[in-house]
Amino acid sequence: MKTYYNPEDLEQFGNMGEDAPALWDKFMAYYGGVFEEGALTAKEKALIAFAVAHAVQCPYCIDSYTQTLLQMGVNREQMIEAVHAAAAIRGGATLAHGMQAKNVVKQLEL
Amino acid sequence: MGAADPARIQGVFPFAEREECQSFGVTRRELDIMQVNICKRCNLSCKHCHIGAGPGRTERMDRDVMAACLRLFARNAFRTLDITGGAPELNPDFPWFVAAAAERGIHTIVRTNLAVLREEGCRRFPAFYAEKRVELVASLPYYTEKDTDRQRGAGVFAACIAALRELNDLGYGRDPALTLNLVYNPGGAFLPPNQQSLTAEYRKKLADAHGIAFNKLYALTNNPVGRFGDFLERSGNLPGYMKRLVSAFNPAAVESMMCRNQISVDWDGAIYDCDFNLALGLKADLPGGVLDLTEAELPVRRIVFADHCYACTAGAGSSCGGATA
Repeated sequence: MKTYYNPEDLEQFGNMGEDAPALWDKFMAYYGGVFEEGALTAKEKALIAFAVAHAVQCPYCIDSYTQTLLQMGVNREQMIEAVHAAAAIRGGATLAHGMQAKNVVKQLEL
Repeated sequence: MGAADPARIQGVFPFAEREECQSFGVTRRELDIMQVNICKRCNLSCKHCHIGAGPGRTERMDRDVMAACLRLFARNAFRTLDITGGAPELNPDFPWFVAAAAERGIHTIVRTNLAVLREEGCRRFPAFYAEKRVELVASLPYYTEKDTDRQRGAGVFAACIAALRELNDLGYGRDPALTLNLVYNPGGAFLPPNQQSLTAEYRKKLADAHGIAFNKLYALTNNPVGRFGDFLERSGNLPGYMKRLVSAFNPAAVESMMCRNQISVDWDGAIYDCDFNLALGLKADLPGGVLDLTEAELPVRRIVFADHCYACTAGAGSSCGGATA
């Protein structure tokens, strides 16, 4: 193995079903259902998936959902705003956890 | 010539060998549309142009060929004259052609890039179109300036918006007799979005930001020929784009391919199945051009398919009139 992440692996994703087909089938049915048109549009769901892909830093999902969004007519400006939404939550969550540190300090300091 | 050469497309299952192409590989008995490409000259040099049109091109149809088109149109009872280019407005005989068609009561579509309507010498065309009741099909690759200008050149979006406002003021997109349809095409090596959802988005964005109204939006697939084909080849995207088109092949889209219902006439009178075959020089299976066939009843003909045809059958299908399937 020369690299942990290989772009060609994305096309082999279906091979994950080889060793646990029943679970794979359930996952795929669920996955397909999640991204169908519903109370949210398919495009809104794809934008959420795209933002989450950045938050969880999955290069496969970023590659895939960038292409999906282009094909849905989403432009670069809209995509980067979605990335900022993810970044704001990650940054905000980091800052919010600062309250824990402050609480510990408050408990211990004179 | 780059990817304008169909042989450059390699490693895909031959389109012509698809089962559906055996059933639907011929034209309909009666054809609706005569598309006429009256010049290669254009005020723009769009990155996706399959014709490779631009300010430096000089090929243009003369009045004799236009007149022959009108005779062939009548002889074969076509229903729609679809005038394209280049920018048709830059052919000096274009007003004559449109007026002659209007006199004959022919339903005429003009494909305009909008920006040309702001050029000196072309300012009269919006009022002329309204007077002749021409249906307009206008390119607007996206509803934002940045994305449009990236594809078509700096300042083009602003000119398009100014032209659209003028057309709206004349009644286009508002008066039922004055149809204004827009065209979206992807700004790169990917397929177009769902036409219906994109229409709603365009309608809201253009109305909110610019007060612009239109009738329909056609979401077109970029065909891997001409300048767009060259881009695909140069950027290494050609194999991936072809793979995407082939993966999205929709058998149901073959029956309604536009080539089955039209002819496409080049500036010199040569006849093709469509404007993409025209760009590639793949002539229609007919015994001559417009000047040879003026009085002829066009026979049912076999379509000249090649692998770029996958662009018309991907997903919801694509034609000069938008999605087909």
